[in-house]
Amino acid sequence: MDSNLVINFLDNYIYYIGAFGLVSIGLLIILIKKNLIKVIIGLGILDTGVNLFLITVGYIKHGTAPIFSKPGLETASMVDPVPQALVLTSIVIGVAVLALALSLAIRLYRHYGTLNLRRIKEQKW
Amino acid sequence: MRIIVSILLLVVIILGITLALIAIPFGESIGQIGEHYIENGIKETGAANVVTSVVLEYRGFDTLGEVTILFIAAVGLGAVMATSKKSKDGRKNITPASLVVYTGCRFLFPLIILFGFYVFVHGHLSPGGGFQGGAVIASAFVLIYMACRGKRLSMVPARVMESVGGLVFIIVGLIGLGIGGQFLSNHLPLGVPNTLLSAGIIPIIYIAIGFKVGSELTGVIDNLIEESE
Repeated sequence: MDSNLVINFLDNYIYYIGAFGLVSIGLLIILIKKNLIKVIIGLGILDTGVNLFLITVGYIKHGTAPIFSKPGLETASMVDPVPQALVLTSIVIGVAVLALALSLAIRLYRHYGTLNLRRIKEQKW
Repeated sequence: MRIIVSILLLVVIILGITLALIAIPFGESIGQIGEHYIENGIKETGAANVVTSVVLEYRGFDTLGEVTILFIAAVGLGAVMATSKKSKDGRKNITPASLVVYTGCRFLFPLIILFGFYVFVHGHLSPGGGFQGGAVIASAFVLIYMACRGKRLSMVPARVMESVGGLVFIIVGLIGLGIGGQFLSNHLPLGVPNTLLSAGIIPIIYIAIGFKVGSELTGVIDNLIEESE
């Protein structure tokens, strides 16, 4: 009886828990870690979590992809297309933002000689 | 001290988001916009893929903004990388790639490019589109950089294709402004759904976006690989 309740709860909310888990892990990494490369990895994880959450909100139970591969497919069993359209471009933009962040990290390393954020903050010009 | 404050902040944020989202059940339909797009999408745009018609027809202006963001990121990366020192000629101690990688690259490169073209040309018929096809094409060029170490491709055709792709998008939108009265209005005939030549201007824009994103990501990879050699 108890395990049935747990499975029922998980069945409904496991995707939300997973997406929030990724978001919170990403936020923790950005706030705590000292190495710049690890902060950028945390940024990537945060991006993935937010995209996953956006797609999860648009899911309809027992729904399929919103593509009319045969004419006359019934429209009641299709998932919401709007979140998928938004996440589509968001993923590619995440890649571009990570590339820009890494190039700035390379320049920072050339200038300061270290990637440790605490030490960079302490150094004077 | 920093760790404790961060964890407290995180707990507050997670609690806040959870309380706000308890009201959204999982698996139920929460918007009428999505239903309207699914029911009227194929009539109004002619594209069999409803996600494509949302990206390019109903929300086409937002796609133009995101293409601009990609362009700015690629240009910014090129500007940041260009002011660093040029690589010295330490090319002598680069170990060549193994035979498996080299032969695999020679066999797979045209197939991956073909698949990328297929994905963005058929964007309105099957899952895929310009952004996905462009990423697949960029991955083919990453394979070439991994297999032929120490050599680089000339990025001049990539830069030209990137700019031409963005210009085609804007010119098609301006032609729509001239003919239909709205920027990015669908002015070509809609055709029969599920055929290749359907959905008006949607395949044209997706082909332009496919070329643009593919050459842009290839330029980004080239800038970053130039750093490490």
